[in-house]
Amino acid sequence: MDTTFSAAVDDTLIQIVTPEGVRTEPTMYSELVGDITTEKLRDLYEDLVVVRRIDAEATALQRQGELGLWAPMLGQEAAQVGSARALERDDFVFASYREHGVAYCRGVDPTQMLRFWRGSTQSGWDPYEYNMTTPAIIVGSQALHATGYGLGMKFDGAEGAVITYFGDGATSQGDISEALGFAASFGAPVVFFCQNNQWAISEPVTVQTHITIAERGRGFGVPALRVDGNDVLAVLAATRTALARAREGSGPTLIEAVTYRMGPHTTSDDPSRYRPAALDDEWRRKDPIDRIERLLEREGAMDESFRQRVKERADATAADLRRGCLGTVEPGPMSLFDHVYADPHPLIAEERRAYAAYLAGFEGAVKS
Amino acid sequence: MTATLAAPATLSASAALAAPVTLPLGRALNAGLRRAMEDDPKVVLLGEDIGKLGGVFRITDGLQKDFGPTRVIDTPLAESGIVGTAVGLAFRGYRPVVEIQFDGFIYPAFDQIVSQVAKLHYRTGGNVKMPITIRVPYGGGIGAVEHHSESPEGYFAQTAGLRVVSCSNAADANVMLRQAIASDDPVLFFEPKRRYWQKGEVDVTASIADAYPLHKARVVRAGTDATVIAYGPLVATALQAADVAAGEGRSLEVIDLRSLSPLDMDTIAASVRKTGRLVVTHEAATFMGIGAEIAARVQEQCFYSLEAPVQRVGGFTIPYPPAKLEEYFLPDADRILDAVDRSFQG
Ligand SMILES: Cc1ncc(C[n+]2csc(CCOP(=O)(O)OP(=O)(O)O)c2C)c(N)n1
Repeated sequence: MDTTFSAAVDDTLIQIVTPEGVRTEPTMYSELVGDITTEKLRDLYEDLVVVRRIDAEATALQRQGELGLWAPMLGQEAAQVGSARALERDDFVFASYREHGVAYCRGVDPTQMLRFWRGSTQSGWDPYEYNMTTPAIIVGSQALHATGYGLGMKFDGAEGAVITYFGDGATSQGDISEALGFAASFGAPVVFFCQNNQWAISEPVTVQTHITIAERGRGFGVPALRVDGNDVLAVLAATRTALARAREGSGPTLIEAVTYRMGPHTTSDDPSRYRPAALDDEWRRKDPIDRIERLLEREGAMDESFRQRVKERADATAADLRRGCLGTVEPGPMSLFDHVYADPHPLIAEERRAYAAYLAGFEGAVKS
Repeated sequence: MTATLAAPATLSASAALAAPVTLPLGRALNAGLRRAMEDDPKVVLLGEDIGKLGGVFRITDGLQKDFGPTRVIDTPLAESGIVGTAVGLAFRGYRPVVEIQFDGFIYPAFDQIVSQVAKLHYRTGGNVKMPITIRVPYGGGIGAVEHHSESPEGYFAQTAGLRVVSCSNAADANVMLRQAIASDDPVLFFEPKRRYWQKGEVDVTASIADAYPLHKARVVRAGTDATVIAYGPLVATALQAADVAAGEGRSLEVIDLRSLSPLDMDTIAASVRKTGRLVVTHEAATFMGIGAEIAARVQEQCFYSLEAPVQRVGGFTIPYPPAKLEEYFLPDADRILDAVDRSFQG
């Protein structure tokens, strides 16, 4: 497969399936997903549905007071599933805080995702177990970490590649510019995956940039692809292209997945203050799940038993998630002092001792 | 006369408000910004989401609508960029008021603040002024996720060239913010985010010329047996502790520090000389913190008045914990009273 392309940006939007569920003219990108048979397409569809259901259930749990916060991903399912399904086990993911769909594809138990948002823990899972980091709240920070990890892989002669996720707003952070610069200079095997969901909380993407995000890669010498982020096949193809470049030693690629955040930024946000409802309607017509459903219908692969199977799978995942969340055992006060340092530290030991003595002073140890 | 505003959508021009009014601390800040912008056309606001959204805490609510997008600027998502741009605006004679969305996001701007904002007046021999106000919603207690509950004030108090203040009530929030904006020095203005909804009486029409000085501490409750010093979110907690102590026959004097740099040692020393005992409390880590500086100075200046060692009640020296643990982490009235007890055992 020829994956060489110049740093000049091809700004045309890569698309394989139209919003109406019609396949576009064949291109090198549709060839790249030629192995996606109807059965595999159905699997992708199931992923999209399950991921949306996880997101909806978590949003409901937040509304019911079970989570402190949640960052919904409604509308971004294809960008996440398409890119994550292009990854191999040895690849490493440096995520932001919205990649619940990616985490699902990496095999993370959804209950583990929730604990962070519930406020029960600061991590949720062991990054090395899934080759995926836990949420990065400081916007843009993770792109530099991905670059360093990629450099390490390169030094080690490892097979894999790294992918880092961030939003359109994040591209304004120095960290993202610095990461693109470093990755280009050192030829780090990194895929920079920007989910351009058009909004950084209340700010439209035009506050961040007046050219496409894909074009921004060029200034750093990082080739870029612009892909319809609501088209799971196109995202899969674009990510495969970028990963192949990384693996063959051709360095970093920037992918701009053009998508849309259908809901609020987080459960604390109120988009009606800044976003015209007409925009939401326009994007609802480009829904990533609907279009695959239409495609499967067109191809005669959308029968009732399949629909039922997917529904049951989503329901079961949601039920597990709810049970897991409600069954969370909250950490006790002395866990405050765990893991501050890897080696014993006298100050922490002193504070731990003093606090334990203080708590013991309460009658019936009310406080502990 | 007291008029109560029941959560107004936006405050009308401040002159139209009868004084004083009862406002939540967050609305008092909004009124302070409005007044500062009316009084001085060189005051411009910069930050993420401060325009249409009015900021994630709505502190700038309605200001872009009334003053336009060149005075209330929604910036790109880049803290170093926001503060660095404010430096340039200050060079040009503006008075930028920067909003850092949450405490934990100030670090990308740390370099601009400590290397540029703090030092330019000195480096230019006093020729360039940096009248920049950097507003930071800070501290815990709202059940937020990582990086949303930090108390970074100590880093800035350690930096020469910066003034660092924190308000604890609605009236101070309004006046102190206007004083900070009027200051020719850069001011780090720490807002106790968990007290944004706490109401108080505010005179939004008062002039700042004869207001209580920005850098003076205030005795908010007189007492005789021990002094408790707090600032920002913990002033209410210290007052609560003093109430409990009073019930047990112990009279605590509570000082709202208000300014961390400069420190009002006169007010502190006078109180310690009277009570002989001191407890300092803050949410930031105890180790190397504001309390350590106060304890050191008090033993230098009031050694012979002290009946017991100075006690500190602060955050543990750990990263801010997940929300389900913050009740254990944050100093509460019990921990303050425990420290008061210790100072009576010594
Ligand atoms: C350094 C930093 N500044 C500010 C924030 C607050 N914040 C969290 S998410 C966000 C918007 C991010 O937008 P974008 O990068 O487009 O990603 P999206 O949330 O849309 O996926 C902001 C301003 C933060 N988390 N980190």
